[in-house]
Amino acid sequence: MVSDKIQCGATVENLHLVTGFVEACADRSALETKKKFGLLVAVEEAFVNICTYAYPGGEGEVELACGGDSDTFVLEIADNGSPFDVLSLPAPDTALDIMEREIGGLGVCLIRKLTDDASYRRENGRNILRLVLKRDVK
Amino acid sequence: MEIHTQKEANATVVAITGRLDAVTAPEYEKAVNELIAGGEIAFVIDFGSLDYISSAGLRGLLVTAKQLKGKGGQVRCANVKGTVKEVFDISGFGTIFQMDDTVAAALANIS
Repeated sequence: MVSDKIQCGATVENLHLVTGFVEACADRSALETKKKFGLLVAVEEAFVNICTYAYPGGEGEVELACGGDSDTFVLEIADNGSPFDVLSLPAPDTALDIMEREIGGLGVCLIRKLTDDASYRRENGRNILRLVLKRDVK
Repeated sequence: MEIHTQKEANATVVAITGRLDAVTAPEYEKAVNELIAGGEIAFVIDFGSLDYISSAGLRGLLVTAKQLKGKGGQVRCANVKGTVKEVFDISGFGTIFQMDDTVAAALANIS
C-alpha cells in the first residue's frame, strides 16, 4: 500500500494538524467530497478518543497513514497505548430525549456510519484502527 | 471557528462559521454561557456557514441546551444542512433539537 504518514503527539491541540493531513491526502487521491467530509469526522472521533484514553497519565504518539488504490481510500490510525478496541464500545441510545442524552459512544457510532468499513487490530504492541472508504464507481 | 451574535426581539441569534470540533467547542460553550449568564434564555443557532461538526461539537450544543432547559429557556437550530445535517441525523440530534429551515422561521417559532 503506497502511503503518506504523519506522526504527532496525542493531544487535542494537534487535531487540525491531523485533519489537515488527512484532507490533503484525500484531495490528492481525489476522494469524493462527501466521503471526505465523513472521513474527517471519523478521523477526529478516533484521534480525540486516543488523546483522551490511550495514554493515562502520560504522553504518547499517534501515527496516521493514508493510502489505498483505485477502488478504496484507506486510513490507519495507530497508537502505542494499552490494548483497546474503540469499536467494541456499545452504540448510544440515539432515541433518548435531550435531558437524558449522553454523548459517550457517539464517536464510535459516527466512525461506523461515516466509513464503509472500520476494523481494529493489535499489531506489534500498537492499536491500529483501519478506516476504508469505497470510491464511487464511475 | 467564528461566532457572531445578534440580539433580536425575542431571542439571540448565534451564527457559527467554520468548524465546531474538539478544539473549538469550548469556545462555543463559553460564548453561549456568557449570554446565558447575562440573562438570555432564548437562542437560535444559525448553522448556515458551519462546514463541519463532530461529536465534540454536538456535546457543546447539548451542554448549553441542557442548561437552558433547566432555566425554562429554549434553543432552536436553523440552516442545518449538508454534512452537518448528516452528523445530526446519525446521532439522533435531528430529532432532539428543534430544527428550522431558516433563521426567520426559527425566530417565528420561539414561544
